Amino acid sequence: MDNVKITINGIEISVPADYTILDAAKEVNVKIPTLCHMNLHDLRAVNRTASCRVCVVEVEGRRNLAPACATFVSEGMKIKTNTPRAVKARRTNVELLLSDHPTDCLVCEKNQKCDLQRLAAELGVRGELKYKGEMSTYKKDVSSHSIYRNLDKCIMCRRCETMCNNVQTCGILSAVDRGFETVVSPAFGLPMSETMCTFCGQCVAVCPTAALTEINNVAAVWDAINDNDKFVIVQTAPAVRVALGEEFGMGPGSIVTGKMVTALRQLGFDRVFDTDFAADLTIIEEASEFIHRLKHGGRLPILTSCCPAWVKFFEHQFQDLLDIPSTCKSPHEMFGAVAKTYYAKKFNIDPAKMVVVSVMPCLAKKYEAAREELKSDSLKNVDYVISTRELGSMIKEAGFCFECLEDSEFDNPLGESTGAGVIFGTTGGVIEAALRTAYEWLTGETLKSVDFEALRGFEGIREATIKIGDMDVKIGVAHGLGNARKLLEDIRAGKANYHAIEIMACPGGCVGGGGQPYHHGNDEIIKKRAEAIYREDQGMPKRKSHENENVIKLYQEFLGEFYGDRAHELLHTHYTAREKI
Amino acid sequence: MSRYRMHLLVCGGTGCKASQSDKIIENLNELVIKNGLDKEVQVVATGCFGFCEKGPIVKVLPDNVFYIEVKPEDAEELVNEHVIKGRVVERLLYIEPTLKEKIEQHKEMPFYKKQIRIALRNCGFINPEDINEYISVDGYQALGKVLTEMTPQQVIELMKKSGLRGRGGGGFPTGLKWEFARKYESDIKYIICNADEGDPGAFMDRSVLEGDPHSVLEAMAIAGYAIGASKGYVYIRAEYPLAIERLELAIKQARETGLLGNNIFGTEFSFDVDVKYGAGAFVCGEETSLINSIEGNRGEPNNKPPFPAEKGLWAKPTSVNNVETFANIPPIILKGAEWFSSIGTENSKGTKVFALAGKINNVGLVEVPMGTTLREIIFDIGGGIKDGKEFKAVQTGGPSGGCIPKQYLDTPIDYDNLSKIGSMMGSGGMIVLDESDCMVNVAKFYLEFTVDESCGKCTPCRVGNKRLYEILTKIVEGKGTEQDLKDLRELGEIIKDTALCGLGQTSPNPILSTLNYFWDEYEAHVKDKKCPSGVCTALLKYIIIPEKCVGCTLCARVCPVNCISGQVKKVHEIDQNICIKCGACQKACKFNAIERK
Repeated sequence: MDNVKITINGIEISVPADYTILDAAKEVNVKIPTLCHMNLHDLRAVNRTASCRVCVVEVEGRRNLAPACATFVSEGMKIKTNTPRAVKARRTNVELLLSDHPTDCLVCEKNQKCDLQRLAAELGVRGELKYKGEMSTYKKDVSSHSIYRNLDKCIMCRRCETMCNNVQTCGILSAVDRGFETVVSPAFGLPMSETMCTFCGQCVAVCPTAALTEINNVAAVWDAINDNDKFVIVQTAPAVRVALGEEFGMGPGSIVTGKMVTALRQLGFDRVFDTDFAADLTIIEEASEFIHRLKHGGRLPILTSCCPAWVKFFEHQFQDLLDIPSTCKSPHEMFGAVAKTYYAKKFNIDPAKMVVVSVMPCLAKKYEAAREELKSDSLKNVDYVISTRELGSMIKEAGFCFECLEDSEFDNPLGESTGAGVIFGTTGGVIEAALRTAYEWLTGETLKSVDFEALRGFEGIREATIKIGDMDVKIGVAHGLGNARKLLEDIRAGKANYHAIEIMACPGGCVGGGGQPYHHGNDEIIKKRAEAIYREDQGMPKRKSHENENVIKLYQEFLGEFYGDRAHELLHTHYTAREKI
Repeated sequence: MSRYRMHLLVCGGTGCKASQSDKIIENLNELVIKNGLDKEVQVVATGCFGFCEKGPIVKVLPDNVFYIEVKPEDAEELVNEHVIKGRVVERLLYIEPTLKEKIEQHKEMPFYKKQIRIALRNCGFINPEDINEYISVDGYQALGKVLTEMTPQQVIELMKKSGLRGRGGGGFPTGLKWEFARKYESDIKYIICNADEGDPGAFMDRSVLEGDPHSVLEAMAIAGYAIGASKGYVYIRAEYPLAIERLELAIKQARETGLLGNNIFGTEFSFDVDVKYGAGAFVCGEETSLINSIEGNRGEPNNKPPFPAEKGLWAKPTSVNNVETFANIPPIILKGAEWFSSIGTENSKGTKVFALAGKINNVGLVEVPMGTTLREIIFDIGGGIKDGKEFKAVQTGGPSGGCIPKQYLDTPIDYDNLSKIGSMMGSGGMIVLDESDCMVNVAKFYLEFTVDESCGKCTPCRVGNKRLYEILTKIVEGKGTEQDLKDLRELGEIIKDTALCGLGQTSPNPILSTLNYFWDEYEAHVKDKKCPSGVCTALLKYIIIPEKCVGCTLCARVCPVNCISGQVKKVHEIDQNICIKCGACQKACKFNAIERK
């Protein structure tokens, strides 16, 4: 790409011709406020609707102001970002947005995490609002278990739409109606629960305001903790420990496993366990299933099934391929099933009085926990799911100084885990963990290097051929449902011949989940979390799931054979074809 | 056509059709046959003559006699008198209002005298449903010339030299637009005809498509040759059924004749056209919205650049031109750039079609050379203001345009002059306002339209225009403050400066131009709480004049809210707190005792 010379606020700079004014301004440390703009470079998610008109700047020779986020530089361009004209226009557009936005910031779900609130403060909007008039009012959508829609707070940035349509190819959310009534909504104003929404929560992850947030389960969890009659178990997903620190101002990628465990114990949970334990268990079952299909001519490729958004996606979109995903329940559901049977029996606890709480980086897990078939003996495997953010708010509410907390260890036996369980938290991790086990089982040899570098990274679709004994095993990895769709369409068309495929609905995998601390459009944060996941893996004494002693003990004491009848009954599930609308 | 000794041209445009011109044609045909004249007299349904105020129109050729307001039952007299006996039917002639003279020939009528018809050259002259009639008036000759004698670059040069600018609103030079689209390499390119005519009251594009669809198809093929496109789309609003019908028929005939399709005129050039219907969103007249709509997406604009010339329909280079622009092209090719550029002003060449509407005597469609003054159009062609009232302003450019006051009546109309005085050419809507129009209310009317038609994408248009509208509503309800007037101007300027597309960028124009030219009216509403034109009901009062009231009680009896009290034969009184200002009392009063002020 050729470079062009431009001037920003009198500073001369040469930048590539495919830069926007905003990109160029960053190079010379000129800050231009933005609102609707979002560019998650490595995840290929760009929202360039230029709809908020907050980033407007003056360009010499141009009649009107130019949106910096969507105007590309050209040779000799002279830009001024801070003229009274630009600043006033910017502020007026924020004031206009505020004139149709509830000002209940003090009690808002996004208080102190809202981009509009921050922008209003930065632009010096104080006191009485300049413009007043009719306000938009919509019925709040609480129909789903995952996503809370309060469209009164929608500012039409369309980021959610970009994620839902361009990245995830789900097409649930789009602009409807016209003029002042325009709002982002499912078709025909359907409630989320009646749509094909996978509840991946990527819309929530990028919403700048509280128009889209999670269905909050904090109050229910407090009630359970405070109920002396209940035995409350908590489990934490791998991606939570590398992100929770952000809620307390710690740098992205800080590993806070020990502090998190201490905090959970102090919050009053009776036992603090690790979903990583169940991740190891998942690998035992999934690797067994893979080898079983390989040896008995079962249908290949096998697809991972730990991501509930991905599961719902293929139930709607690929009904003809329902027999290829693994039948394994997702790790936290396996955990719940084991906790309410094996653990309850072993420690003589009435499973009916047991409450299993999952702390997840995910909003789809909330929906998943409510699926009818994920019950054992009419008890839900998992009772409540809270997001990383919700856990953060509980810890804040309890008044702990999170950074000051001592580290402590998970409880046992359901707290033991290996590095293989940890890497479930990032794209490529599940399949890597499965290979570590499958390799040793198939060859009978010890795997020397457990790091399958070819499967790592942020490329949307990755593939690698792994030599296992004398067999070439072809692996595919996709993250983001749009990439998943491409892979699945190739499989459907008979154009792809993989043995196994890992799919995660969220870009980046669970580290980029819809329940994680808000990244506010900075994809570096997601990458740092992923790096932390691999660091955590590297620091573990054991890095293969089948070396988890308590998992092996679980089979010996309770489940019996790997991939056996008891395991099937408790740890496997089935899929349902769902309406495609 | 020469086989017949006489032609009866009957207007088949939408307006005249609505006044039973179909039935006139049917009756004329019956009578022609009955009298055994069908070998020598032909009845032709043409496109719009433009003089819609006086429709349905029947024109007799070769006598050139122009009949107005013809009814189906007049057919008999027309045939018996004019066709058989050669006597003009006097009572159906146009009477010039100022001279009170009957005028036989339309060229002598003030309405047509100052017009030069290029885009509308065939409207009201040929049968749009017969490709042979178009061919007989040099139709498709320009395409033939271009394909066999000119290179694409020469075509573009000719267009640039002619000075033709886009007639849809923006006024961008057509040749330049084509040059840009030609510049970008691509396996496929597109020509789009923008027939999403949305300005209230404007109907020139509809008339062209109804009256001369082939001229548009021919020009689209020429444009395709110039930029290297082989596929064209006409994006037309579904509310134009007759235009769609004639357009589709024209495409069918052109394909059958080999004037659309593969290897046109035996050359390497292939071009075909499809019709896409719009659902009537005003914003789809904006080219990127239009393209989104064709692609099946929500009709809303994209930020430009990239312009369609680079990334248009399905991200391929695309030239979007307006119907009227296209209609100008075949004559330019045939008569040359010099001929075209000899008409008009320095930077605006050729003619422009205007849709005259509002408080004007001759409502209709007129085509005048650029540089004609507003006064000539309104008073000479348009016949002046209705009911002898005083001219107040003319609104041009549709909802995005501005209101031009009396002092600019002698402004020669072209793109630059109109924008200099705070309005714009737009697609050529021209709505005349008289002394009884309240300018604040007029601004509010246009803003209501843009608030309704905003796509809702960008903040300034979605929320800003709504707030402007609310401020105007406050003002006409007598609740406005001086701060509101400042806010109107300030917010209006910022919306112009920051809105995403042409709709938003021009939507405050009706407010800003009326603030500039009719400040005293705004002040009257805000400071004196009065509407000088007596339009804004909230600022009106109905008062009973005691001297005139005889106490008949009629007003009290018709009042729907019982706010009038008074005993029989005693002076009555209106309770202003209850009065809803419906005016029923004033209408009922037989003694003119109720005054509205």
